[in-house]
Amino acid sequence: MAIIEIDSLAKSYRVYQKQEGLLASIGGLFRRSYREVVAVAGIDLRVEVGEFVAFLGPNGAGKTTTLKLLSGVINPTGGMARVMGHVPWKRENSYRRRFALVMGQKNQLWWDLPAQESFRLHQQIYGIDPDDFDRRRDELVDLLQVGTLLAQPVRELSLGERMKMELIAALLHSPEVLFLDEPTIGLDVVAQHSIQAFLRYYQQLRKVTVLLTSHYMKDVAALCKRVVIITHGRIMYDGSLSGIVDQFSGHKILSLVFPGDSAPHGLERYGEVVEEEGPKVKLRVDRGNITDALSSILAHHAVEDVTVEDPPLEDVIAEVFSQAGSGTEAEVARPHA
Amino acid sequence: MAIDPGSAAMNGSGRLAGHAAVSTLRTWWIVLRIAIEERLVYRGDFALGTLMRFLPLVTQVFFWTAIFDAVAGATGRTTVAGYTNREMIAYLLLTQVSRAFSSMPGLASGVALQIRNGEIKKYLVQPIDLIGFLLASRVAHKLVYYLVAAGPFALVFFVCRGYFNGWPEPQILVAYVLSLLMSFLLGFFLEATLGMIGFWWLEVSSLLFVYMLFNFFFSGHMFPIDMLPGVFGTVVRVIPLQYLAYFPAAVFLGKVQGAELVWGLLIQFGWVLFFVFLCRLMFHLGVKRYSGFGG
Repeated sequence: MAIIEIDSLAKSYRVYQKQEGLLASIGGLFRRSYREVVAVAGIDLRVEVGEFVAFLGPNGAGKTTTLKLLSGVINPTGGMARVMGHVPWKRENSYRRRFALVMGQKNQLWWDLPAQESFRLHQQIYGIDPDDFDRRRDELVDLLQVGTLLAQPVRELSLGERMKMELIAALLHSPEVLFLDEPTIGLDVVAQHSIQAFLRYYQQLRKVTVLLTSHYMKDVAALCKRVVIITHGRIMYDGSLSGIVDQFSGHKILSLVFPGDSAPHGLERYGEVVEEEGPKVKLRVDRGNITDALSSILAHHAVEDVTVEDPPLEDVIAEVFSQAGSGTEAEVARPHA
Repeated sequence: MAIDPGSAAMNGSGRLAGHAAVSTLRTWWIVLRIAIEERLVYRGDFALGTLMRFLPLVTQVFFWTAIFDAVAGATGRTTVAGYTNREMIAYLLLTQVSRAFSSMPGLASGVALQIRNGEIKKYLVQPIDLIGFLLASRVAHKLVYYLVAAGPFALVFFVCRGYFNGWPEPQILVAYVLSLLMSFLLGFFLEATLGMIGFWWLEVSSLLFVYMLFNFFFSGHMFPIDMLPGVFGTVVRVIPLQYLAYFPAAVFLGKVQGAELVWGLLIQFGWVLFFVFLCRLMFHLGVKRYSGFGG
């Protein structure tokens, strides 16, 4: 039984359209024109207990809107969703006690007070048993190594430290479902890494179901076995991270090292030369032609070294996003049933 | 009012309901404690804000003394609209006390800002009631304020004791305390309701400015509203603003007595209930709109 069930979920907004200029501004006092923006255009998704799923997509694709719908902040314009059997936008307390939402760009802690005060308030809001509270807080504080920062006002913490405190506050009531909206946004590599390590460990330990949106491919690669790509409010892909390359990239990268100081001429006929430096050449070759190209090169030239690789994941995803942006909708692919 | 709206509803039996009530009280206490701690962070601003409150009073005393002198010089009368100079200053001192209960600095604008910058989401995601939470925080702010302001207030009243005819009778004093407590609730729910307009209008500062202006003149903060003649007087007696400053002061001074006093307290209570209801309704409709339009 899926813990999150989403059927034809849709959300559109009405956005005020203002023409440029002063006259238009005055006109706007009397009559305003609005445009309908479809943020989520009917998505279907099932997530099983204990899955760690990443939502990928360009800005404005509908990822955050989906998380807002699932956490009950907004109502949908169509479709249905159930999380642990609850309809999120009914905002029942019995549901709100069982999940948490962490937004990388929003602060939920009391700004002027030490984080431990906010934790104490969470204990009371969520009705956490005092012993459980102490145990969980100590465990989380240990894992994230923020013990010395508990008594420091939140406004004096670094961005990374603050995010760690946000995570502790969100996890104190042991939510079964966790929504993370860009939890590592703006963090340095070290902080990103420690938050990734924490999330991976905690998720495996507690079997929490996590939905994560992030722009950092490293977050996704480190944490999620399953990736859902959303563009224009629709699911374009649902499967493994490595599957994205198979699905969307029609090329492989052929790296060759020739003897001597330079590469031979005429390699363009095998594929696009993407890099050439002395005797080293990288060719972008169509997937279907790779065997023919390789055997032909080996037959006609002396080669010192050869490797065949998939193109970098970031490049493939950037290509997928830009295709979506230019309006070339890719086929919806769902290898993950 | 429960900060945690679900705790009582979830448990059916009386014993569990009692447990829920204890839990709600504990939540109140934690919010109160944290809000007090937060309030004490900015010591300088707080101390200055508390003490500066008395500065306008001094100018008002000079202002009214000048008016009474001018009236006496020109006409030989010692009263203005039924008030002697002494009564007027006693009244103005007492409105300071009323305002210490009913004024809610930053409440409406704070609510509107939370709606505008999206912080309101926290109250939609967590099992906590925004209005109850704000109320508990405001009680905390007031308690801290009284703690610090009690000294200066006592000093000012001691220095100005000559303007008063001693303490009123015990039953008047009880009615006075009741009217002050209700003026706190009325001020809170009225301003919270105004803040909820932020769900519809992104910018509410002009609206709040107009409200503050009306409040300043028609609550009795500047002058006793029973001075206002004709239709103004009637309007001001009908709208609820007088219960924020004028009414408690008038109760203390014995200007409202007997059946009129009971009626006054009942009407004040009616206004409190009205704004509790309106505030809840606006919040309900506002959240509906907010979650419909985007969040």
